[in-house]
Amino acid sequence: MADHPTNPTTSQAQTTGHVWDGDLQELNNPLPVWWTYTFYVTILFAVVYWVAYPSWPVGKGYLPGLNTITYKNAQGQDESWHWNTRSKLLLETQEAATAQKPYFDKLAALPYDMIAKDPELNSFVVSAGKTLFSDNCAACHQSGGQGKIGFFPNLTDDDWIYGGSYDKINETISNGRHGYMPPFSEALQANQIDDLANYVATLSALPADVAKAARGKEMFHSHVAACFYCHNDDAKGRKDMGSANLTDRVWLWADVPGASDAAGKVAAIRKVIGTGVNKGVMPVWKGRLSEQQIKLLTVYVHELGGGK
Amino acid sequence: MSFKHENIETNAGVLLVLTMMAISVGGLVEIAPLFFNKDTVEQVEGVRPYSPLESRGRDIYIREGCYLCHSQMIRPFRDEQLRYGHYSLAAESKYDHPFQWGSKRTGPDLARVGGKYSNEWHVQHLTQPKSMVPESVMPNYPWLQTTKLDVSDIGDRMRAQRITGVPYSANEAEYQRNVKQFGEAVAKTLHIPDSVKNLVAQAQEGNYDGDRTSVSEMDALVAYLQVLGTMVDFSKIKPEELVKFR
Repeated sequence: MADHPTNPTTSQAQTTGHVWDGDLQELNNPLPVWWTYTFYVTILFAVVYWVAYPSWPVGKGYLPGLNTITYKNAQGQDESWHWNTRSKLLLETQEAATAQKPYFDKLAALPYDMIAKDPELNSFVVSAGKTLFSDNCAACHQSGGQGKIGFFPNLTDDDWIYGGSYDKINETISNGRHGYMPPFSEALQANQIDDLANYVATLSALPADVAKAARGKEMFHSHVAACFYCHNDDAKGRKDMGSANLTDRVWLWADVPGASDAAGKVAAIRKVIGTGVNKGVMPVWKGRLSEQQIKLLTVYVHELGGGK
Repeated sequence: MSFKHENIETNAGVLLVLTMMAISVGGLVEIAPLFFNKDTVEQVEGVRPYSPLESRGRDIYIREGCYLCHSQMIRPFRDEQLRYGHYSLAAESKYDHPFQWGSKRTGPDLARVGGKYSNEWHVQHLTQPKSMVPESVMPNYPWLQTTKLDVSDIGDRMRAQRITGVPYSANEAEYQRNVKQFGEAVAKTLHIPDSVKNLVAQAQEGNYDGDRTSVSEMDALVAYLQVLGTMVDFSKIKPEELVKFR
């Protein structure tokens, strides 16, 4: 490189000898020494890395690296395998499970009502439950468990479609639910549905047309509409089949709170009677979540406000 | 002639050849061995090609660019396992052409979204995501529900996949092979001559979009989302067996 001319106007820097526009030159400085040696060090690092970690293919396999990871196999015996992200994850999962074991063992052993009375365990349930709830439940029931009118029930009030006891909550999470109400738009005339809607409004002390409500009441309790089959004679619903309590002023399917006037509220009820409900689906969580996690979530949901 | 960097840099032909050689080493070392290594794709039960309806849903997933914000690849890290479920296996995308692994996560990973939410949630969420997840930045896809699914070319689409190696059956012999490999119920859904019939039947039966009167693009997309990550039953696999595939 020494045979190249140096830049006469600036310094001792070499140039490539190219000149544009009379005085534009291309400098040809060597790389800084620190840069060059850092580059050599990275090559050296790569060699060390190839030896230490799984890397180069050899035949039908690959170099396994120097590190091994020892985890427990399904029989509970120690087993070793070369370092890889899967063996590392398995070990980390087992270590975390060991660290949490005292809590989960206690959780599994204690009856539900005792869990809430144990301050240490309860704080574990609240913090672990919050994460589980956010990852799995919040998309439907919303982050605070307040639900979504027209779609997913509120878990913070004390109205429970399938029951708010620990066992019932556990059952709901484990096996999922599928709520169903048949559509009445074809079985009944529009004016009959209107009568029924007015009656249902009176059950929650909403303003309604008295004459219509009287006719609706007749239909509700007779075989004309036969609402009492599922909602019961007292209109309080049946938790074994998930039929709603119509008297508690808590609304899920009919957007009564969202309607601004009395007519709108009745219309919201009318709509649900006409179309029915075929979307009250809670997924099955057994299999996706462990029994321990479901028990933990049961306590968490129970404590959201409305547990019975 | 002594070695000089300058000789390479000032000779475009030599630079080209040497550059290609250097890049080829990377490809040969990182990609080629995977085709010969028997551990690349895990041997697990349950993975099957998509049914015609799911396959069309996947087409819509790609058409709408869902992969631009959603990956389908749960990496073997503890935080990912806790949030999304079991890490993804190579075997689970062996019938995906092209795979939807991705690395861009503006939204959550979808590799195991199947069965996690109800159909109604998906329909509402796809139509207006913010109504279900207030902090979401996902756009609305209202046309999925109102657009009728084009089922006319499903046979051709399956034939194209068949050329890439997906075991859709075009004749009786291939059908019988599928019966052996996947069982009769699945094999029936993979039979190309019955594809339109099977597609409509699954949409009717599943009623994914809540409207049985027609097959919409929403039906297809939700059917696809609901099958993601559900084919392998991990309760039947010991974790240490999967470790040994890497």
